[in-house]
Amino acid sequence: MRAIYILCVRQLKRYVRSPARIIGSLGQPILFLVALGFGFKAMFARAGGGNYIDFLSPGIISMAILFNAVFSGIEIIWDRQFGFLKETLVAPVSRIEIVLGRMLGGALVALAQGLIVFVICLIAGFRIKASPYVFLAVVFMFLISLLFAGIGTVFGSVLQDMQGFPLIINFLIMPIFFFSGAIFSSQGLPKILQIGLRLNPLSYGVDGLRGACSTAFAYGLTVDLLVVTLVTAALLAIGSYFFSKIQL
Amino acid sequence: MADMIAVQELVKNYGEFCAVNHISFTVPEGKIFGFLGPNGAGKTTTIKMLTTVLDPTSGKILVNGHDPTREQKQVRRSFGIVFQDPSLDDELTAYENLDLHGVLYGVPHGERRKRIDMLIDFVGLGDRKKNLVKEFSGGMKRRLEVARALLHKPRILFLDEPTVGLDPQTRNHIWGYIQQLSKEENVTVFFTTHYMEEADRVANEVAVIDHGKIVAQSTPTALKETTACATLEDAFIALTGHAIRAEEANATDRMRMMGRAWRGGGRR
Repeated sequence: MRAIYILCVRQLKRYVRSPARIIGSLGQPILFLVALGFGFKAMFARAGGGNYIDFLSPGIISMAILFNAVFSGIEIIWDRQFGFLKETLVAPVSRIEIVLGRMLGGALVALAQGLIVFVICLIAGFRIKASPYVFLAVVFMFLISLLFAGIGTVFGSVLQDMQGFPLIINFLIMPIFFFSGAIFSSQGLPKILQIGLRLNPLSYGVDGLRGACSTAFAYGLTVDLLVVTLVTAALLAIGSYFFSKIQL
Repeated sequence: MADMIAVQELVKNYGEFCAVNHISFTVPEGKIFGFLGPNGAGKTTTIKMLTTVLDPTSGKILVNGHDPTREQKQVRRSFGIVFQDPSLDDELTAYENLDLHGVLYGVPHGERRKRIDMLIDFVGLGDRKKNLVKEFSGGMKRRLEVARALLHKPRILFLDEPTVGLDPQTRNHIWGYIQQLSKEENVTVFFTTHYMEEADRVANEVAVIDHGKIVAQSTPTALKETTACATLEDAFIALTGHAIRAEEANATDRMRMMGRAWRGGGRR
């Protein structure tokens, strides 16, 4: 337990000490929020979709979490290259504790970024419907953080250097974001894309977060919560497994 | 006297390449053992296997009576290590790096603070303990790593080229302390170095490894006698030849270069 705690604290310290990273990683979500949010706002309203900012904001918050959480896992590569990983791997604690500490720390960092983006969305005009579900917004945000910290950990453990990083971003993370219902709903999409959306775990995270803020769940609260929780548990297990196989 | 490290017919293959080729040696408790060899001879690979982070292809290892492939926790509790490459967290302070280590090794809070203060003063970083490690020079990082390796009072100390980049004052200071530990607290020391006079001065016994095989093993004095050389450096050259070894750049080196380019240098 002490190892989980101290490694988690380590990541939070690193986070608050690098304002450049905090601000830098806000750039992308803000760009998407402003460009898409205000760009399509009028069209979305004319098509009868309602307020696009309200629709888009949960997607943008999820995006910030997605990228930060995956990056926290990928950081294993940096720690491997710059040596700190060795220090933890020769310590008399189980690999499971080490990786759980890392994933939890990474998830908390991603959650913090998500909350900052949440506030930015509120400033941009995002309105929440008061309902008993609102507290679930943070629950979904934390689950998405853990889920993608797990995915990042898998890649951080398997890859030897950063060469493969653009590959993961462009062929996995970007598609996961675009086809999650973050920026458009699944209604009226070609069948194949609809299936893609249904297979994407982030779809349920985005829907859960959107539902918690607006009381309108596309898949239903139970389905969202169940899918996200189960996939998160699975990915934490898979991430731990790959991390425990690391050899120097 | 019990053997703290016992290695029998140890082999490590990477595909076709044999990095460590059937080596055997023992290090008795309290002795200082120098593991010498040219670049790429298999020194670091051997240390990785002794310290549980790399599985051997075949052979037997006992560290403090435990098998590193099966009883990892017991083995890990027994040793402290200074790696060849830096292994500190640059974004944490000197004190935080040691504190994190102490927590991972289960050193109780009160004792942890006392030992950190004592060791950090010992390596001459007492007034810098609240500074981030990224502000440190290569030599200061090295000293901090030595302090860290000693924090949990290990029975065995692995030092992989510990004195690279250190000035003679610091080198002597650190070796003096390590010799004292070995004498007074019976700590076993396993080290590699490219400084032969250093090995000559501090090692009770040395082994010379080349192309993954141990080519000589005895006291430094005996080694000089059998090769009829005046210095250990000459004896080393006599045993391993004059050819300069090519070492392949690994992923780490490439990454370091990338990191340097990214951050505009300044990293050691």
